[in-house]
Amino acid sequence: MKRIFVNEEWCLGCHLCEYNCAFANTVSAGKSKANEMAKALKGKKIFPKIQVEENDGIYFAVSCRHCTDPLCVKGCIAGALSVKDGVIEIDQDKCVGCYTCVLSCPYGAIMPAEDGHVAQKCELCTRNSCGSPACVAGCPNNAIVFEER
Amino acid sequence: MNYVIIGNSAAAVGCIEGIRKNDKESAITVISDEKHHTYSRPLISYLLYGKTDEERMKYRPDSFYKDNDVTPILGKKAVKIDTKNRKVMLDDGKAVPYDKLLVATGSRPFVPPMKGLDTVENKFTFMTLDDAKALDSVLTKDSRVLIVGAGLIGLKCAEGILDKIGSLTVIDLADRILPSILDETGSELVQKSIEEKGVEFMLGTSAAEFDGNKAKLTNGETVEFDVLVIAVGVRPNTELVKEAGGNVNKGIVTDRFCRTSLPGIYSAGDCTESHDITTDTDRILALLPNAYMQGETAGLHMTGTDKPYDKAIPMNAIGFFGYHMITAGSYDGEKTVYADGENYKMLVTKDNLLKGYIMIGDISRAGIYTKLIREQVPLDSIDFELVKEKPQLMAFSLADRKEQLGGVR
Ligand SMILES: Cc1cc2nc3c(=O)[nH]c(=O)nc-3n(C[C@H](O)[C@H](O)[C@H](O)COP(=O)(O)OP(=O)(O)OC[C@H]3O[C@@H](n4cnc5c(N)ncnc54)[C@H](O)[C@@H]3O)c2cc1C
Ligand code: SF4
Ligand code: SF4
Repeated sequence: MKRIFVNEEWCLGCHLCEYNCAFANTVSAGKSKANEMAKALKGKKIFPKIQVEENDGIYFAVSCRHCTDPLCVKGCIAGALSVKDGVIEIDQDKCVGCYTCVLSCPYGAIMPAEDGHVAQKCELCTRNSCGSPACVAGCPNNAIVFEER
Repeated sequence: MNYVIIGNSAAAVGCIEGIRKNDKESAITVISDEKHHTYSRPLISYLLYGKTDEERMKYRPDSFYKDNDVTPILGKKAVKIDTKNRKVMLDDGKAVPYDKLLVATGSRPFVPPMKGLDTVENKFTFMTLDDAKALDSVLTKDSRVLIVGAGLIGLKCAEGILDKIGSLTVIDLADRILPSILDETGSELVQKSIEEKGVEFMLGTSAAEFDGNKAKLTNGETVEFDVLVIAVGVRPNTELVKEAGGNVNKGIVTDRFCRTSLPGIYSAGDCTESHDITTDTDRILALLPNAYMQGETAGLHMTGTDKPYDKAIPMNAIGFFGYHMITAGSYDGEKTVYADGENYKMLVTKDNLLKGYIMIGDISRAGIYTKLIREQVPLDSIDFELVKEKPQLMAFSLADRKEQLGGVR
């Protein structure tokens, strides 16, 4: 299965992936981009599912690894996380926001959603209008790629 | 092959999913004395305050038994395991033959003998969907509720019902709340936040005697109530295995593949003891992720995959009225504390390992700490100063990150 992989030596720490993620999952996603993106996100605190770590000149973006042995799924107390064709999906309707998945994920790749009542995670843009990861599409430097390895 | 599972909760589902990874053909029968489709037990408090409903709290979709070719026998209790003839005897006299059996009977509420308890009309425990519905059916906006037990279940119950009732008092013999997962500072913080919502605590005392709707406490005070909830603890359902001659300590004794001492019989979940790697002791870890993973291990082993379950640790993620906490491991060792207002963090290290942690308020990326404990990562192999500050992958070596994020094996 295709996954998002990180080439950390090429990451500039520009945080564009975070913006593209946040935008991909808003209602206006899919419309004429630059304008809509600014309208949707400018000046707002964003809640992306991909997060850039930085320290001392090193940068890299972390999002769900879509583990083959996913601890988040096994631990979910509600049965809200599941594996569909290799993609780890969350059913936010079933999720009760207990954050057992946050406790379980070894990558720190699942987090409380904006409203603080449910969890959210990367679903590889399979369930929004993008179809393939918006973070990868928008990365100017190939610091994240979407491929089979 | 003929697989039989007693129990229909997290451990049972883990076992079914484990078996079906390897064996799509053989018969699987699930026996449970609860009549419901498999549901998430921890969600009963969320059900009461409307964050979920009976449909959404199903642990697996309606099609689960059909999709996995499972024959459910619901509403029937297993009363005996006939190990000689490899049969499970049911309370209706029927016998269910097995080749391999999983005992996933979980736990039940512990109700200590208390003087005058029989004089209390409205008394409940809080474990099952039926318990939750029964409790809900007597609550009114004027109810005065007394919960005995300030542990996870008692306090989750409090959260679930507070908005529906008149007043709520929680008593506990311990002098602080959630002593099994929090340190003193943590207990204080969380108690304060729950009190602010309107729950009254009476700690360091217990009910000496009940008389109708009055509880006389050991500290001399009296509490009047309309509804009583007893949530002082749980006991593992070990009887079936014990009576069949299997090894049982506090919980059912199993090996790394979740086998009991009886041939062909496995056990998983709240009815078993796990090996806690942070203390190197065997103890009951009554937690859903633990139950699922033990069940899965059993299912895999039954069907030929020897994948040991040998990384059990105590771990909890829980919140009350929007205030969240995540805790894991054990707290014996050197402590580092970070506190600012609502947020509290404590890390415990010993022998070059992270042994435990508490995060309250800000719980982001806690799983990175859990990993350090679970995988027993030597702290001198990472930049521990960085990870102390906040959980981050930056603390791992470049080679390690290439593996974790770059798919390099
Ligand atoms: C209110 C509440 C909140 C909780 N919150 C959390 C939480 O936030 N996080 C967490 O990790 N854990 C939580 N737990 C604990 C969690 O629910 C358990 O760890 C988990 O359900 C264990 O699963 P299990 O499969 O071992 O057994 P159980 O869920 O106990 O299920 C065992 C099943 O077997 C059936 N059974 C038993 N004996 C027989 C028999 N002889 N014949 C037929 N059927 C039988 C029982 O009726 C039951 O249906 C909570 C528990 C409660 C009660
Ligand atoms: S959320 Fe974490 S544990 Fe779950 S699949 Fe993604 S990386 Fe793995
Ligand atoms: S927060 Fe939601 S997805 Fe995560 S474990 Fe809890 S119920 Fe499952």
